[in-house]
Amino acid sequence: MATASHEVTPQEAAAHPPAEAVVVRFAGDSGDGMQLTGGQFTLSTALAGNDLATFPDFPAEIRAPQGTLFGVSAFQINFGSTAIETAGDAPDVLVAMNPAALKTNVSALKPGGLIIADSGEFGDRNLAKAKYEANPLDDGSLAKWQLMKLDISALTLEAVKPFGLGNKEALRCKNMWTLGLALWMFDRDRQPIVDWLKAKFAKLPDIAEANIAALNAGHAYGETAELAGPMQKVSIAAAPTEPGLYRTVTGAESISLGLVAGAQLAGLKLFFGGYPITPASAILHHLARLKEFGVTTFQAEDEIAAICASIGASYAGQLGITSSSGPGIALKTEAMGLAIMTELPLVIVNSQRGGPSTGLPTKTEQSDLYQAVYGRNGDAPLPVIAARSPADAFDCAIEAVRIATTYMTPVMLLTDGYIANAAEPWKVPDMAGYAPFPVRFMTDAPGEGETFMPYARDEKLARPWAIPGTPGLMHRIGGIEKAQGTGNIDYAPENHARMTEIRRDKVLGVDVPDQDIEVGEAGGRLAIVGWGSTYGPILQAVRRARARGIDVSHIHIRHIWPLPKNLGELLRSYDRIIVPEMNTGQLKTLLRDQYLVDCRPLNKVSGQPFMIAEIEDAIANGVGDGDVPPSATQLPEPKAMNP
Amino acid sequence: MNDMTPIATSPKDWETDQEVRWCPGCGDYAILKAIQRTMPQIGGTPANTVFVSGIGCSSRFPYYMETYGFHTIHGRAPAFVTGIKLANPDLDVWLVTGDGDGLSIGGNHMMHILRRNLDTQILLFNNEIYGLTKGQYSPTSREGTRSPSTPFGSVDHPAKPCAFALGSGARFVARGYDVSKNLPDVLKAAHSHKGAAFIEIFQNCIVYNADVFAEFTDKNNANSHQLWLEQGEPMLFEKGSRGISLDHDTLQLKVVDVEGGDWQNAGVIVHDVRNRAVAHMLVEMPFGPFPMALGVLYDDPHPTFESAVVAQNRELSEGRTPDLQALVSKGQTWMVEKEPREN
Ligand SMILES: Cc1ncc(C[n+]2csc(CCOP(=O)(O)OP(=O)(O)O)c2C)c(N)n1
Ligand code: SF4
Ligand SMILES: [Mg+2]
Repeated sequence: MATASHEVTPQEAAAHPPAEAVVVRFAGDSGDGMQLTGGQFTLSTALAGNDLATFPDFPAEIRAPQGTLFGVSAFQINFGSTAIETAGDAPDVLVAMNPAALKTNVSALKPGGLIIADSGEFGDRNLAKAKYEANPLDDGSLAKWQLMKLDISALTLEAVKPFGLGNKEALRCKNMWTLGLALWMFDRDRQPIVDWLKAKFAKLPDIAEANIAALNAGHAYGETAELAGPMQKVSIAAAPTEPGLYRTVTGAESISLGLVAGAQLAGLKLFFGGYPITPASAILHHLARLKEFGVTTFQAEDEIAAICASIGASYAGQLGITSSSGPGIALKTEAMGLAIMTELPLVIVNSQRGGPSTGLPTKTEQSDLYQAVYGRNGDAPLPVIAARSPADAFDCAIEAVRIATTYMTPVMLLTDGYIANAAEPWKVPDMAGYAPFPVRFMTDAPGEGETFMPYARDEKLARPWAIPGTPGLMHRIGGIEKAQGTGNIDYAPENHARMTEIRRDKVLGVDVPDQDIEVGEAGGRLAIVGWGSTYGPILQAVRRARARGIDVSHIHIRHIWPLPKNLGELLRSYDRIIVPEMNTGQLKTLLRDQYLVDCRPLNKVSGQPFMIAEIEDAIANGVGDGDVPPSATQLPEPKAMNP
Repeated sequence: MNDMTPIATSPKDWETDQEVRWCPGCGDYAILKAIQRTMPQIGGTPANTVFVSGIGCSSRFPYYMETYGFHTIHGRAPAFVTGIKLANPDLDVWLVTGDGDGLSIGGNHMMHILRRNLDTQILLFNNEIYGLTKGQYSPTSREGTRSPSTPFGSVDHPAKPCAFALGSGARFVARGYDVSKNLPDVLKAAHSHKGAAFIEIFQNCIVYNADVFAEFTDKNNANSHQLWLEQGEPMLFEKGSRGISLDHDTLQLKVVDVEGGDWQNAGVIVHDVRNRAVAHMLVEMPFGPFPMALGVLYDDPHPTFESAVVAQNRELSEGRTPDLQALVSKGQTWMVEKEPREN
């Protein structure tokens, strides 16, 4: 989804599915290079001016046994000439590089959709590994789809023959052959891919040339095969977008860029402490290359050390940032409490994944909201922000830095595996348009007979940031309750009560913009309230429903804690509220608790993003007269929760 | 900021107005005094000095030093120190930890700060007990230690802090004890070593583990059971009448008698702080048959972590201007000249 705002015309919205949008899924063995194929196809699609959204879906195993069902890696892209908000519900085209890829993906394909299968991989061994008893390419079981059988393996070997590669290396070019065919199908320019291959294999010119030959051969194959068979060239016009410079961006990239931008706007050096974990590692990888922006990255011995080192860096005057996922965030919890107690700025990025425990490392979920808002010992509040898309994550990261440094507090930034890996076009921001928020360290030493007050407060309830090395401001901080003002250890009951209130009020006082409405208006029959990466499917579903005349609005919450001041009133203006979440109902609970409003959950915890249709169904049910019936994805809900 | 010009201070300048809350008679008092005496001697500047600790009786230390201080969480002080020092390598950072804090919950971080060789002084107050939580046995408690959690005696083998440090790659390992008059000298040596300097300080917990070190710290036992190591000096104890030698058959240390001061003849080893192999033997030397080796056991500087990080950061930023606009515009971009719809 392009961030540049484009108002969808009623005609566009009425199209169901949107006109001139195509969903393609590339699926193959994890060794087949499907993520690369998808990534390069995404780039060429973006360059062609289409709006797009992608969904990379890969196995947790690095090298799963070849040909197996659990070794399948897939990349889905939805692109079109209208605003695209999701990676698409059902693919129109499925490229299946082996039987396992076909088996795990074909049921998602639209009836009448096109299957392009590499028949060269459908031998007995691979069929057995995919648990096929008969060859599906021959037994008529794929009758409800259009089938294109191509021996991609043989065609690739033929194309790269002149380069004298070994069989294994030659077959590695299969993905480029497939990409060439896809580029032909959608009338895409090959040159950017050729440039990319030359750069990527600069040191191995033979390999570069072989891949280019495979790419060209796939393209040429499309051209000659056009006359026969179901394959046809599809031309998709550029999507309406605001004029400007665009690039594609994944969430991991935009968060890294946003953190760097935030540090620059604050006038601070950035210290990033991390420990590898999927899907959070990408942020560490990106930042490690940005040293000229005053970035120090530290791969610590574990997540605890990563956050503690980051807090140490903040204490010493840099912007401490740490990032992790699921189990790693759990490990950081105690240190977050210390950052809250010592009131030091810190940004904690949580790239959520399916849980609990190791859970679903490579699948997406948004089930850490409770943990973010409530999950620490003691009354330990911290601001929580949730990014809704790869492009949105840039601004969210800057906002997290602003809050952390303005209020002297740790801030948690929630994203998820889907946002981290997915790519979308992004209108390159004009950095001059971002107001700086420079940090001022405390440097004024107290006068004769006065003492420095490390726990004095400004009008925002923030305490001074006095860093080691500053003459005359020596002071001690720690996790033990401290006296207001002096910061000396103080266990007195009334002091603890007062300090607990201050910590709470400081966070509640964070200046959060009023909640706006994405689509629709205040008041009415139904509001769909979401947060995080459910943004795309909710927005699209609400648009479609409104085009059919249904009274429904979409509200998407970025500031999870503190919540926007007007949110309660806004929610109360609707007859019904449905909260779709990729968890068992966490925002729902928060909203019920804060506002005593009757939010109804719509839950999906399969490790996959919502489909637009699932939310459309919920809307249809939600505006009916009866209770919202539990849908297939909805968990039974305890009754009588609300007065 | 970070004015490094040494200013003359007195021990008093390093005291805070906070009431010290250790039990009367606790060894921590003596260590505090020793450090406050040492700081002026090393030309320390309070504003440039940071004391960082974990959790435990020992870790209360920073509250009593008129410097910057950070009392963090249990076991994690090495990680905080790493962040502080990477953010500002000019600071003089001291880490205070206990046997539980540094070797139980924080053993992992201790290993890594040592192998990375971050420039800091690590003071491990070893009282062989968990003081703050009221006397449970610790990873350094001797086998058979009776405590509330081991009422019939502990059965696990204790860790040896200096052996752990050396095994983790420490480039400076020393020992001292709370009331020792030599403690400031050991601290000074640690401070002048650039890199992670590990000092095990035997500390008497008078309440939960009283006198466990008396066998060598007691005045009556000091001569016969303390081996003070000095660079370039023979390893002699008991007023020079006994010494440490190497048994060439077993390649192990042995105690030898020295007749008439002729230590050469007795084969007594001359201490070389850079000899890592001998250091390994010294830290493993069983107390009882051998004296307690004290002072600087090993000191062989090596490039430090923070200097390597800073050097790499500098090298990679040299000649590059941080242009945020260029950064966000990186990669393959395309221009949308006007709304396509307007065609
Ligand atoms: C996460 C955590 N676990 C347990 C404790 C309880 N605790 C505090 S100090 C301590 C042991 C301290 O022993 P040591 O490091 O030897 O310090 P000493 O009190 O002996 O100086 C323990 C277990 C804690 N504060 N935090
Ligand atoms: S419990 Fe032991 S270590 Fe702790 S203050 Fe008392 S004497 Fe010292
Ligand atoms: Mg102890």
